[in-house]
Amino acid sequence: MAWPLIKLLPKKTSFRFVRFAFFAAFLSAVAVAGSFVSMFTGGFRDNPVAVFQQAQGDWLARLGSVVGRGFNLGIDFRGGTLMEITAPQAIDGGAVRRALNALHFGDVEVQGTSGAQPDHLFHTMVQFQTPGNNPNAVIALVQQRIQGVVPGVQFSHVEAVSGKVSEELFRNGLIALGLAILLMLIYIAFRFEFQFGLGAVFALFHDTILTLGLFSLLRIEFTLTIIAALLTIIGYSMNDTVVVFDRLRENLKKYKRMSLGDVIDLSTNETLSRTMMTSLTALLSAIALWLFGGETLRGFAVAMTFGIVVGTYSSIYVAAPAILLWHSRRGRGPNQETAPAAQGAS
Amino acid sequence: MLQLPRWRVIMVIVVTVLSAITAAPNLVPPNARDQIPSFFRHTLNLGLDLQGGSYLLFEIDTSGLQRGQLDSLRQQIGSALREAQILRSAPSVAAAAVTTKLNNPADLPRAMTALRPIARNPDGGDDLVVIASQPDGTITAYYTPTALQQAARRAADQSIKVIRNRIDPNGTSEVSIVRQGDDRIVVQAPGVSNPEDLKQKIGKTALMTFNLVPNNVADAQYLPPGVIAVAPYPGVGERPDIVQAHPEFTGEHLRKAQVGTDPQTGQIVIRFDLDDVGGRLFCRISREHTGDRFAILLDNQVLTAPTIETPICDGSGQISGHFDAQSASDLVLMLNAGALPAPLTVIEQRTVDATLGRDAIEAGSKATLVASVAVVMFMALAYGLFGVMAILALIVNMALIIGAMSIGGAALTLPGIAGLVLTIGMAVDANVLIYERMREEQRHGRSVTMSIDAGFNRAMVTIIDSHLTQLFAGFILFSFGEGPVKGFAWTLCIGCFTSVITAFFITQTLVALWFRAVRPKQLPI
Repeated sequence: MAWPLIKLLPKKTSFRFVRFAFFAAFLSAVAVAGSFVSMFTGGFRDNPVAVFQQAQGDWLARLGSVVGRGFNLGIDFRGGTLMEITAPQAIDGGAVRRALNALHFGDVEVQGTSGAQPDHLFHTMVQFQTPGNNPNAVIALVQQRIQGVVPGVQFSHVEAVSGKVSEELFRNGLIALGLAILLMLIYIAFRFEFQFGLGAVFALFHDTILTLGLFSLLRIEFTLTIIAALLTIIGYSMNDTVVVFDRLRENLKKYKRMSLGDVIDLSTNETLSRTMMTSLTALLSAIALWLFGGETLRGFAVAMTFGIVVGTYSSIYVAAPAILLWHSRRGRGPNQETAPAAQGAS
Repeated sequence: MLQLPRWRVIMVIVVTVLSAITAAPNLVPPNARDQIPSFFRHTLNLGLDLQGGSYLLFEIDTSGLQRGQLDSLRQQIGSALREAQILRSAPSVAAAAVTTKLNNPADLPRAMTALRPIARNPDGGDDLVVIASQPDGTITAYYTPTALQQAARRAADQSIKVIRNRIDPNGTSEVSIVRQGDDRIVVQAPGVSNPEDLKQKIGKTALMTFNLVPNNVADAQYLPPGVIAVAPYPGVGERPDIVQAHPEFTGEHLRKAQVGTDPQTGQIVIRFDLDDVGGRLFCRISREHTGDRFAILLDNQVLTAPTIETPICDGSGQISGHFDAQSASDLVLMLNAGALPAPLTVIEQRTVDATLGRDAIEAGSKATLVASVAVVMFMALAYGLFGVMAILALIVNMALIIGAMSIGGAALTLPGIAGLVLTIGMAVDANVLIYERMREEQRHGRSVTMSIDAGFNRAMVTIIDSHLTQLFAGFILFSFGEGPVKGFAWTLCIGCFTSVITAFFITQTLVALWFRAVRPKQLPI
């Protein structure tokens, strides 16, 4: 019996990561491009040119509405009203929809769960847009109308976000993401070398864009907590990258004459078991959240799970090899030094 | 480090005990918490999304506020030029500025001198009004952005006082009312799952009114037409009363109220000044109704209803009642800030009822439990004895996070629970880094002592680097996020700190203790 199981892991690996870097770069480029296309076509569903032409306002606003359609934006970023209603009997979704349509609301969505929930109540989610986009003024009216068609209804969750606030939330979210990436670049450039910072930022963009692409493709609702998830992914991916970079810096000093590609390979291999272990425990948490954390946190958990996987991949395959692109102080040629394993054992 | 200095052991004990003490009250059932000494009674403060309640974001209608401001600026300019006897066209308001044209451009220097006091900031500092002139005698005046911002902020602060008076006159409920930015107000009401009533109370622009009390109606059951029964204003009002439905005049004529003492009786009274119109009205009414009672109402609730003893014609008056210093100053506050300075509109509302909150807590607890069990099993299986040490550190870590949040008073939100669950998975990272470094050093042929030492020392730099980046992300989230997301950022940041602390104090000490006791020839990982 091999216990602890860590002993089963090979103590030393020597994967030639850099050799596959071009292939990985191609893969990443395709995925990033795909994500962008998805974001601009509403998950490969509509024609961005047509949307752009039909949209109102200046070109920036039009571009905004193209990207806006790329995501299933929640009311946090789109404005509007979300109500979760519960009743002791099955809720007639059609009647609710008709009641709301009678008020001339846009984008009415009524989505009921089948059967009673563990609390013996029937739940239905209602979402709609209010003309003029100040939904807060009409909540009482809407509730009254719904009470008219659903006897014994309770409003267990009401959110109403005006257009003004949703625009601000959206802008703040973008600023926060941009600022986070900038701050990481500065920190890495300060602690390491500037080229390292670029590599790290490359990886961060990669992770953020792929996660956004996933949300766009699967039409998962994009809310304020998803921004929180993205920032956490940035933090996590950075954490992973820093560990590799730390070792890279150490090894660059130690093996002065080894080629850069080999130092990168060596460093990635040396930190590989740590990378795997941490990703696994983080994944365990994210998956637990996904399966048991409830409906509200599901989008967040999906983003985190995906982000951890992508973040791990990118710290191995994007951040470190990207340094090769800028770092010209060392040659890329074949080994000029003996194998690192022999060095270590000496 | 394997010498294990005494201070380190003491530190470990202190950290562990501290985390246990601060986190433990959360385990006591809520109904038994009263028995804990208040010093230890801090428990997790649940966010609105978990305990149920309402979040309302109000915005002050600054355009209305500005119109009022510009109008008063127009009047000031008009009267200043009139006093200086300068002929000009009537000042008019257009495009957020007041414009007037002098008949004779030669008067310009004199006019600018006369207008100078208007521009000056009464509190010192930069001018609040910009007054510009053109050679043809045109004078334009407008408020600086700073002045507008200040006015909005003042209006918001004043509105907060009024809102508090309206929804929480006794200061007993847990409603929190704070200004956000310059012109917004956040109202958070835990436990209120239908805020329509709240919105109505806050949103209406209350008016202070002065109504006569009819002296021939005593029975509130049989009211003649034109007479209404009114309740006392919560907390300050004296008793229910019956007043004329039609007010004699309203609070717009009140210039200022202040607390004073009656020179004869030494009693605390409230003095008020009315403007010219109000003064004339009051003079006439008080002469016609001497000996009658006269009610002052706010939001149609009686503040006070004193008897008019003598006609009052100097535009000021005095309310005598059974005040103490506190109630008098409260009343003055309300008289001065009686009506909202500008209309408020709700621009964001988030409401969760308590049942939904309970469901969320249940799901969150389940996820936390599952994640804990999974990570604990994983660590024990993967690292054996060292894994168990990491688990002990993780337990102290969790207790520290919960303890810090209980004492700090930051709210635990649903995303905050998500942050906690993620922290469970990510906190062991510090331990993993240390153990992997040890394994490596051992592989390179170092002795057990040296491997352990190097594991801790070399991993330290990496751990600090990698946790700092996570802390950055947390801080940004904290400053940009709002409500529940802030709660998430908060847990993430605290978790970052405690992970490093526990890895270095708890794990390191445990490893040292184990080494002393066993003197192993080889690391068990």
